[in-house]
Amino acid sequence: MTVQVTFWGSLLAIVSAIVAALGRLSSVPALRWLAITYIEVFRGTSLLVQLFWLYFVLPMPPFNIEMSAFAVAILGLGLHIGAYGAEVMRGAIRSVAKGQYEACQALNMSPFKRFYRIVLPQALLAAIPPGTNLLIELLKNTSLVSLITLSDLAFRARQLDQATFMTLEIFALTLLLYFLLAQVINLGMRMLERRLSRGRMQGGLS
Amino acid sequence: MNLFDWSFAWHILPDLLRASLNTLTITLLGFAIAVAAGLLLAIGRRSRHLWLSWPVAGLIEFIRSTPLLIQVYFLFYVFPNYGLNLTAMQAGILGIALHYACYTAEVYRAGLDAVPRGQWEAVTALNMAPLTAYRDIILPQALRPILPALGNYLVAMLKDTPVLSAITVVEIMQQAKNIGSESFRYLEPITMVGLFFLILSLGLAWFVRRLEGRLELAPR
Repeated sequence: MTVQVTFWGSLLAIVSAIVAALGRLSSVPALRWLAITYIEVFRGTSLLVQLFWLYFVLPMPPFNIEMSAFAVAILGLGLHIGAYGAEVMRGAIRSVAKGQYEACQALNMSPFKRFYRIVLPQALLAAIPPGTNLLIELLKNTSLVSLITLSDLAFRARQLDQATFMTLEIFALTLLLYFLLAQVINLGMRMLERRLSRGRMQGGLS
Repeated sequence: MNLFDWSFAWHILPDLLRASLNTLTITLLGFAIAVAAGLLLAIGRRSRHLWLSWPVAGLIEFIRSTPLLIQVYFLFYVFPNYGLNLTAMQAGILGIALHYACYTAEVYRAGLDAVPRGQWEAVTALNMAPLTAYRDIILPQALRPILPALGNYLVAMLKDTPVLSAITVVEIMQQAKNIGSESFRYLEPITMVGLFFLILSLGLAWFVRRLEGRLELAPR
């Protein structure tokens, strides 16, 4: 369950990060303000508060939107980490050299193609190291979804503890499992980075 | 039914504010501990003695890559079995402080690494005791550039305090949930808690940014 939430949550986070970063950099003021509001609200409030808001407030009378704990977990985590990711992506997109944009213009590429084929691959590469941090953050934050009654690793640990009273073993093992999962993410991202940076000129201080 | 019941919101405001004092106490006390312990951890990690630097490095990595929630559970549910009884509040402050001490240790490390090599060599050449060297020469130079980064962790810490509601610390989130379960109105309390965090963290972020500007202007 923890792995599932992490996986879908990070997918949503990456998508919302890219969309929000684009909105933030857009030349249309309305879009820009929308993106800034999204980023500031989700970065400014606590994740747990957001999860509770989605889980307890939305089903109440004025909204009447009922979601399963699983959906709330993915939505809350994805949007929360996505807001942080948006700032990372913004820096990454801005770091793509200006000459690349000019070259695209010279080749008469459409803006969509320019972003998808030229800017995004370079920006993603630059965003990987801080992105890894955020993904590990996301993994650790999945432990919070146990508080909205989703039976993830942390929730199971509590249950087992109440059933067996082998407190030390259970929590030590849980800590170890999270640690291992974090290392897996670390390793995967490093491999991804190597894959993405293939063919890129290395060396020097560039 | 109204979308947002203002009189109800007004009615629960004092309760929430009282609980918010707990949130602030945890944040400030925890941050004070984290800043001090982080410095010790960072210096320990730089130590020449492998028996000191390796375990410290391992501890920092381990705590940084496991969730705060489980660590707090560990403090609150495991330690009493070994005779160390902590109240929820103590366990909460200790847990969050240890967690963030490991983050600030990394920040300190960046600051210490940024001190020019010549300074370290000069300290050695002058045969200073490690304590004097750190206190008079190294730390004043290392601390200035990392103050903004430390401030960011203060904001992050503030936003992590609701996690402690899981071990029955009555901070503002727990209070909001209690109100919700008494009155079956969740919209107002939880929205107000969200606003509380938003205002406080925006305020702190603004403060950190001002500090940053101040420090850059300061003559070297």
